[in-house]
This record gives sequence, structure tokens and C-alpha cells, in this order.
Amino acid sequence: MKRLTFLFFFVLVLALAVGMPASAQSPNPTPSDDEVNAIARDMYCPVCENTPLDVCPTQACIQWRELIRLKLSEGWTEAQIKQYFVDQYGARVLSAPPAQGFSVLIYIVPPIVLALGVFIVLRAFRSMHKPLESSARETPPATTPDNDYLRRVEEELQKRD
Amino acid sequence: MLADFGYGILVITFLVSIYAIFASVFGQVKKSQKWIESSRLAMQLTFPLTTLASLVMIYLLVSNDYNVSFVYQVSSRAMPTYLKVTALWGGQAGSLLFWSWLLSLFMTAVTLRKWDRDREFLPWVVLVASITLAFFIGLNVFYENPFTRFWQTFSGVTPATFRPAGAIPFTPADGSGLNPLLRHPGMIIHPPMLYLGFVGFVIPYAFAIAALVTGRTDDRWTHITRRWTLWAWLFLSLGLVLGGRWAYDVLGWGGYWGWDPVEIAAFMPWLTGTAFLHSVMIQEKRGMLKHWNMILVILTYSLVIFGTFLTRSGVLSSVHSFAQSAIGPAFFIFIGLTFFASAALLIWRWPELKAEAQMTSVLSREALFLLNNLLFIAILVVCFWGVIFPLISELVTGAKVTVGPPFYERATGPLFAALVLLMGVAPLSAWGHSTLKTLGKAIVRPLVAAVIVMAAILVYFVLNPHLINGYFPYAVIGLFVTIMTAFVTLYEFWRAAEARSRAQKENIFVSLWRLAGRNRRRYGGYTIHLGVILMAVGIIGIEMFQTETQGTIAKNQSIQLAGYTMTFKELQEFDLLDARGAPMQNVTRATVDVHQNGQYLTTLYPRRDYYYDSEQPMTIPGVRSTMQDDFYILLVDWQPMSNIGATFKVYHNPMVNWLWFGSAIFILGTFIAAWPEKDPEKAPARARKSSLAYQPGD
Repeated sequence: MKRLTFLFFFVLVLALAVGMPASAQSPNPTPSDDEVNAIARDMYCPVCENTPLDVCPTQACIQWRELIRLKLSEGWTEAQIKQYFVDQYGARVLSAPPAQGFSVLIYIVPPIVLALGVFIVLRAFRSMHKPLESSARETPPATTPDNDYLRRVEEELQKRD
Repeated sequence: MLADFGYGILVITFLVSIYAIFASVFGQVKKSQKWIESSRLAMQLTFPLTTLASLVMIYLLVSNDYNVSFVYQVSSRAMPTYLKVTALWGGQAGSLLFWSWLLSLFMTAVTLRKWDRDREFLPWVVLVASITLAFFIGLNVFYENPFTRFWQTFSGVTPATFRPAGAIPFTPADGSGLNPLLRHPGMIIHPPMLYLGFVGFVIPYAFAIAALVTGRTDDRWTHITRRWTLWAWLFLSLGLVLGGRWAYDVLGWGGYWGWDPVEIAAFMPWLTGTAFLHSVMIQEKRGMLKHWNMILVILTYSLVIFGTFLTRSGVLSSVHSFAQSAIGPAFFIFIGLTFFASAALLIWRWPELKAEAQMTSVLSREALFLLNNLLFIAILVVCFWGVIFPLISELVTGAKVTVGPPFYERATGPLFAALVLLMGVAPLSAWGHSTLKTLGKAIVRPLVAAVIVMAAILVYFVLNPHLINGYFPYAVIGLFVTIMTAFVTLYEFWRAAEARSRAQKENIFVSLWRLAGRNRRRYGGYTIHLGVILMAVGIIGIEMFQTETQGTIAKNQSIQLAGYTMTFKELQEFDLLDARGAPMQNVTRATVDVHQNGQYLTTLYPRRDYYYDSEQPMTIPGVRSTMQDDFYILLVDWQPMSNIGATFKVYHNPMVNWLWFGSAIFILGTFIAAWPEKDPEKAPARARKSSLAYQPGD
């Protein structure tokens, strides 16, 4: 029994010893500027167009950064904080539109246009080996560049000098 | 009153431009050389007229005539004289006048050339130039008069071109002052360079339209405009580089390119202009892509006007401010009209622009140039869509969105890497036909050299594992492609110089110099490629290996980053006085010592200036700059009462100076390529195409 009591108190003391620092840390310590900027880097305030939140010197943006710090200290995640600002001010606070609704077009139009361009170029390649009858220009013959190259440069230089 | 005189000059310039339009059309219809000559003289007259108007504006700025609204907006008594002069392009109305002045300069220069062989182009070139000039001068005359004056009326002070009934002139004691961000030397030169680039591209467009109208669809127009295009491209490139340097020095975010819509507006015509400079070679060498070259020139011109529209109409702030802006709709209509008229002309002449040859090999030079064009256009599509999407979103959904750097970087990064790779492969391929075998044989030596250097770089990273981050795989790919392209380019220089050196028995450097002198376009192009390679190394360095930190520290406390230690020593606040002894700006300056591995390196002075006249701040970083890296410190905040603590943002920017050094090489290469031949008229491209079947870099 004595042993059991000792063991109980030993475990209790150990638990307190381990638990103390954790409870001492609560509430969370003030997040650093770097932690705040890591989130602010991908955000814009509606007033300061084209200046990322992490480097904007205006009072409004300083307050936003402090709000991010506060939310971080309350244990909010990056996604939760960004969603909070989106809910308050709209998707324009994000540095890139979310891929949903109408904004999905920003992500799908360039690849479609690129695919169209690739198709056009491929069509040009497919029509190769069909020289036009009215080929007015001199088409240089195929050549092995390496060995012929120096000889031709020399010939050219001799001719020009 | 001098302002009224200035406005009168603008009205006369507008009327002269309209007359030039009328005379060129009438002369063409009546086949009258007198009218055509008259239109040319009218075009030439616009240059002295716009010069006079600009000089009047500069005089008003320098003489502190704040009765003129524009002078009040962009200058103040405290500003030094040189800044007052450059304030001409520091605001909307003045920059439009400056645009017109540069356009009339370029167009007058082009009308002074010998037209003997291209007489039929003249009236149409004058017509296109005059329409463009009339539009810009018209904006000044009808919407944005830089000579508008302040008037005191019963209801208050109002700016107006003409005196309101019962009003008396009103002159404020001092002006608002130029935006502090525009007082940087880079910003003084940056807008003129951009504008020179913009107006320069009007010339190839004017000749392209002339070729379409007259039906002279050979490559005479491309030959005439080759150097004009290169000079325009040079100025635009210079403008973009200076803009980047300005951003790095004064915008206070440790970067050089923020994918801001205004930056992209200037970048888009550069993209199509660069594609054109490559594809026009295919037309000259092989008689192909004639339609495509026309499309590129029309696109470049439209993007020049579109870029000016984006930055001047207020459309970027909101579609609503665009609707309220006077010049926004005018720009929109002008872009629409010129684009559709050009497209209609192109469709009309489409059958006559048939290719004279077809591609015969996927690896031929022309095929690789076509791929190069595809990549440039793909980047353009990303940029264009990214810039206009917020406006479309606002129109359709009523909600604005932000399209920022993450979108552009992810979308364009692989495209830029592919462009650098093509830059390495294309110079080794031949016009007409290349095979995998011939190309492989040519590339093997540069490839082996690149593998060796890359292995050394990887060993360096293995020995310094703390440098490896999430971007590392991309950086390795980027660096390998860049290094290989560098070796290909250097190999091309060496092969030709060595051949000549042996043939002529002269020093290899003399050979190189003479080769470059004889084929400026080829070796200028290679030099530009070398510049791009160096810039790519710098971009990989700062984009993928930049680190940063921010902290608030008291005096004698330190912040550490990337092996550097910065120690805050002192904070000073003081006023800078102007020539009259009045306070001009308040300066808060931190003194910071920088050490590396315990060894003192330098003392830096990051500061924040507050300008009293414009009531705006400017952040000036303290930078320790080497070819290896930049240690870049910003003063973010401080406690003014006690002066004991301050907040610093610190960046470590590896290799960033390679970007600026590469830019200088790039510009040098463009100078070499654009420098006039002794008599270019005697040496047209096709005539020079001699026995050299394999023509690297042509």
C-alpha cells in the first residue's frame, strides 16, 4: 500500500513537473514578426493596391498585421486567419484568387490558349516536307555543322577580306 | 500668359496632325506628290511644335508658376531644378505631352530618311504616325491639358483652361511636390526610356500598315524597320531594367519585380517585340511567317497603347474609376479602332502574304524560333489574362480579385526556363534542316562542360546543406539549363573567333572584335543571350534562395541572418533644408554595424524620409552589396519618444547583382546589334546570304 501511495505521488509529481511548463505557456507566446509576415506575404489590404501586406507601411496594414498576430496567439491556423479576412473583406485580400466559381477561369484560360498554340505549331510541323513549288528563296542544304563550320567561316572571311 | 501660349501650341500641333492625316490621304487618292510632300512636312513640323510646348511646360515648372495646375501638382519650391525639369513626366497631363514629344521626334527622324526606294510607303507611314500623334495631342487638348490654370471664383478655386466668368487667376504659394518615390535617379531616366521604347514601336507598325495598304508584301518593310525596332526594343529593355532597379532601391520590399499591373503593362509589348525580333529573321532568311510577323507588329503597337491606357485611365483601380475617367473611354475606342482596322487590312492581304517555303525539319532554326515565339506568346497570354482578369471579375461578379506574384511566378517560371533552354539549342541548329545527330554533335562539348560545373555546384550544396530549401530541385534544373546555354553561347563565340584567328593569323581577341564588327546582329544577339544568362542566375539566386527576417531590437542588440549579424547602434532624426533654409524632408536614420563571422564588414544607414510638401514617406534601404549577395536592411518602425528601439526588416539576396550586371551586358549586346552598318542599304539581308549554309546566330 505504502508502495502504491508512493507510486501515486511520484506519478502525480512527474505529471505536474511535465505539465507545468505547458500550462505556463498558455496563453500562447506573442508570435514573432516572421510568423506574422509568413502569412501577410500572401495577402493584400483593399486600400493599398499591389503592395503585399507584409511590407506595406500604412497604419491600416500595421493594424492588419497586429490582428494576424492576435489570431496566431489565440491558436488560429494560417488557413483560418486567411478565411477570416476573406469573410470580412472578400477574396481580393488573397494574392491569388481561390480556384472556385468564376475565378477558376484565371487558371484554365492560359493552358487552353497554350494548348491552342501548341496545336497550331504542331500543324505547322505536320505540314513539313512539302516544299512549295514557288519556293523563291534559297534553302540552305543540310550540313554537318562541326567540321564544315570552320572551313566555311574561313572561306567567308577570305572572301570578305 | 505663357500657359495660354503653351495651350495654343498644343491646339496648333493637333491641327497640324489632322492636316497631315488629310494631306496624306488626299495626296494618295489624287496621286499628288505635292500633297504627299506637304503631309511629310506637316509631320516634321509637329516636332518643333511639341518641343516648344514641352519647353514652355518646363519653364513653368522651373519658374514655380503654381497658377498652372500641373505645376502645382508635381513640383514645389523646395525641389532642385533638375527634379522640376523631370517633373514634366511626373503626372498624367505632362507625361502625355512628353509621349507626344518623343513620338514626333521619332516620326520626324523617320520622315527625314531617304525614301527613293520606298516612295509608296511614305503617305501611309505619315498617316499612321499622324493618327497616333493626333490622338495623344488630342488627349492633351480636350481632356488633360497640362496648361490648365487655377481660377478664383465666387464658389472657390477651380482649375480650368479658359477663364470662368468673373474669375481672377489664383496662384498658390507653393506646390504639392513630386511624389518622393519619383525622386530617385532611376525613376528620372526610367519613364523616358519606357516612352522611347513605346513610341519607337510605332515605326515598325506604321511601315507594316504601309506594306499592307500598298500590297508591297515582300520583306522590304522589315528590312527598313529592323534597326528602328532594335532601338525601340533597346529603350524598352532599358526602361524595364531601370524600373526594376528603382523598385529594388526605393520601394522597400527587397525585390525588383512585383508583377504589378503597371510593370506588366510595359512588359507585354516587350514580349511581342522580342518574339518579332526573332521571327522576322525567319521571314528574311526563308520567306516564311509573313502573316505572323504582321500579327506580332500589330499586337506590339496595340499593347503599347493598351499599356499606356492601363496606366493612365485609372482602370486598374476599378472599372468604375475607368468609367469616370475622361481619357479611359477615349483610349478604349482608339485601341479598338486601330486594332480592328489593322486586323481587317491583314485579312484583306492575307493571300498575298503566303510563305515562300515550308519547314523541313523539326530541329531547324526556323522551327526552334517558332517554338521560341510560342513561349513568348504563352507568357504574354498569362500576363494579359492576369492583368485583365480582376476587371472582368469585377464586371461579371461585382467582386474584385487580386492576381498577384504567386499566379505569375507559377505560370511563367517553366516557360522562362524553356526559353533559356531554347536559347541554348537554337544557335546550334541550321536554317532549313538539322537532325538530332548534327545537333547532338554540336552540343556535346558545352553539355559536358555544363555537367562538370553543375556537379561542382551540387558538391557545394552538399557541403552547405543549410542552403537547401523547398525550391532546390527547381533551382538545380534552372541552373543547369542556364549554365549549358552559357557554354553554348561562349562556344559559338570561341569557334568563330578561333577560326578567324587561324585564318588571319591574328590575336583571338582581335578576331573576336572584327567578327563582331562584321556581323553585329549575330554577335550582338549572342551578347544579349549572355546578358540574359547572367540575369537568369541572379533571378534564380534571389527568387529561390532569398531569406528574410524581421525584429524589434534595442540599441546594441543584434539580428542575425545568413551568416551576417547586424547590430543597431544609433537612431537619429533630423530635417534636411532646401536652398532657402526651409525644412524640406524629415529623415529618421538608423546606424547599423554589419559583421560576418565576427569580423566587421561595414556600417549601413537604413532610413525613412518624410517629405513635408507631398506629405509622403520614402524608405531607403541600407545595402551591403557584393557579386555574391546583398545584405539589405530596411528601417520599418521605431519608438520616436525614447529612440531606444527600432524594427528592422532584413533580407539576404544571393546573386542579385548578377541580375544588374547581366542587364548591362544585355544592353551592351543590343547596342552592338542595333549599331548602324556603314551602308545598310547596300547590304540587304537576302543579298548577304552567301555561301554560308550554316549560319549560327543569324
